[in-house]
Amino acid sequence: MSLPRLRLAGAAGQLGSIAVTLLGLLMLTFFIGRLMPADPVRAIVGEDATRETYEQVYTSLGLDRPLYEQFVYYLGDVLTGDFGTSIRTGQPVIEDILHVMPATIELATFAIFIGATLGVSMGVLAAVNKDRWPDHVVRVLSLFGHSMPIFWTGMIALIVFYAHLGLVGGSGRMDQFYIGLVDDRTGFLLVDSLLAGEMDVFWSALNHLILPAALLGYSSSAYITRMTRSFMLDQLGQEYVTTARVKGLSRHQTIWLHAFGNIRVQLVTIIALAYGSLLEGAVLIETVFAWPGFGQYLTSNLIIGDMNAVMTCVLIVGVIFIGLNLLSDILYRIFDPRTR
Amino acid sequence: MEKTILDVRNLRIRYGGSPVEAVRGVSFTLGRERLGIVGESGSGKSTVGRAMLRLLPGATITADMLRFEETDLLALSEKEMLKVRGRRMSMILQDPKFSLNPIRRVGDQVAETYLRHFQCSRREAHDKAVAMLEAVKIRDPERVFRQYPHEISGGMGQRVMIAMMLLADPDLVIADEPTSALDVTVRLQVLNILDGLVRDRGIGLIMISHDLNLVRNFCDRVLIMYAGKVVETLKASDLDHAQHPYTQGLLAAQPRIGGTRQPLAVLDRKPEWLEESL
Repeated sequence: MSLPRLRLAGAAGQLGSIAVTLLGLLMLTFFIGRLMPADPVRAIVGEDATRETYEQVYTSLGLDRPLYEQFVYYLGDVLTGDFGTSIRTGQPVIEDILHVMPATIELATFAIFIGATLGVSMGVLAAVNKDRWPDHVVRVLSLFGHSMPIFWTGMIALIVFYAHLGLVGGSGRMDQFYIGLVDDRTGFLLVDSLLAGEMDVFWSALNHLILPAALLGYSSSAYITRMTRSFMLDQLGQEYVTTARVKGLSRHQTIWLHAFGNIRVQLVTIIALAYGSLLEGAVLIETVFAWPGFGQYLTSNLIIGDMNAVMTCVLIVGVIFIGLNLLSDILYRIFDPRTR
Repeated sequence: MEKTILDVRNLRIRYGGSPVEAVRGVSFTLGRERLGIVGESGSGKSTVGRAMLRLLPGATITADMLRFEETDLLALSEKEMLKVRGRRMSMILQDPKFSLNPIRRVGDQVAETYLRHFQCSRREAHDKAVAMLEAVKIRDPERVFRQYPHEISGGMGQRVMIAMMLLADPDLVIADEPTSALDVTVRLQVLNILDGLVRDRGIGLIMISHDLNLVRNFCDRVLIMYAGKVVETLKASDLDHAQHPYTQGLLAAQPRIGGTRQPLAVLDRKPEWLEESL
């Protein structure tokens, strides 16, 4: 049979389309970088530099070349892993980002875990009890999560759970006391502290992580809840659900053994997208909780016009979304026999 | 008709929020025979079928009597009802394109009926399912067992449905338009399989259909429904001698091969049919 060959061709086609998307993304970031009203030369030489210095830096950055030539150079740099130097920190941009990314990944992963669990279970609950009180309660909860400004809920949560109740850690990734105690091996504090065998640091980090992650998770659960509810209602109206009931399955069994399997594909898509936007960085929550993450990094560089850093950040966000799309494509094939 | 399987008296069904009843005082009995329920769309024939299984979410079912063998169906709790559905009474749905779960293997869906009602190993349920697939004349049942619903044809899908619903050896099967979604060419084949199994196993059958000819050929008795009521009950062989003007109208509205090329009679619905009591 030619089935394996077909599958191989499919994989090759997918790789090709990823390459094209990446090229498009690089073009986009490059031209956005050039179109931005920020002056990269001014950012380096400062306001009071002489005309000669300005010209010199202008030439050394290659800004006097035609745009397409600049793009080819940019492409070459990116492909060799050279994303330029950050003006603000003087370090290679990629190193800066590798430094802030783990904090965001840690936060986003915990948040999406909370958000997906909460969102999916509330969505199913609401769909199964459509127009009865659990549905209304879920609606109010998700509306609240969707519309409350997160910096406000963040502060209120800090006051209540940290200042008053003392249940969780405050801002930052761990208590002041522990900073610098474990080596920065992976950048993931939870992993690093475990590797170093410092359980105190681990618990402190977890304590600090739980509140911002819960808030982010709650806010992203709002969308997941609403979508889960509508996906589920759609499936519950299908005939195969009646078939399952006729066979003697209970409502509960029908929902979990039959209907739920059919919404997995759609759930994967929306959860992957929600995860993507969390990885993009939650600037507001990172600010409220003094969380040294990607969102803060991107925003502060955007404000001072550090274009090398901004372009790389945009590129990384794009790559994250491409990766998540690829992941959900793979999961589709596992979950839905019709796509194989 | 030695023994009554189903005894329905004055069945009334109202969907939640609706001011009128969808079924208004339907009564009939069923032995080990094949009963056809015929009527146009919205006459309540499918509603009656689903009410037997108590699968009408949001609807209120009342009846002077709704007895299935020795069981009062209306007195059962939902939990007890789970033991009736699929095991003692089941239903064949209309379109296998929608009535099979698209992401589960056909065989697993058939075997599920058995696993649900009997204490047995997966292996045993698998063997039962394969044997049943063979009984509905599916060639290479082991291979079909492993296929997904989108990989099999409509006729085969409906045979899978029949296998699934007869696997636990029920006493009553309700077939809700079992062949309406199928190509004309496989319709007869599927009906013959269903008919053979129902006869061999002595299963009571309620065939819900809008196809008078189908019911005439495959049923012993026919119930004609109009606007939530039974307007006439008669033997299938006596269909041509129907007394009620509605039945006569339905029969007259049928085209016949080789008949005259006159425009077909239009059904003239009389308002008094709505009021008439049996």
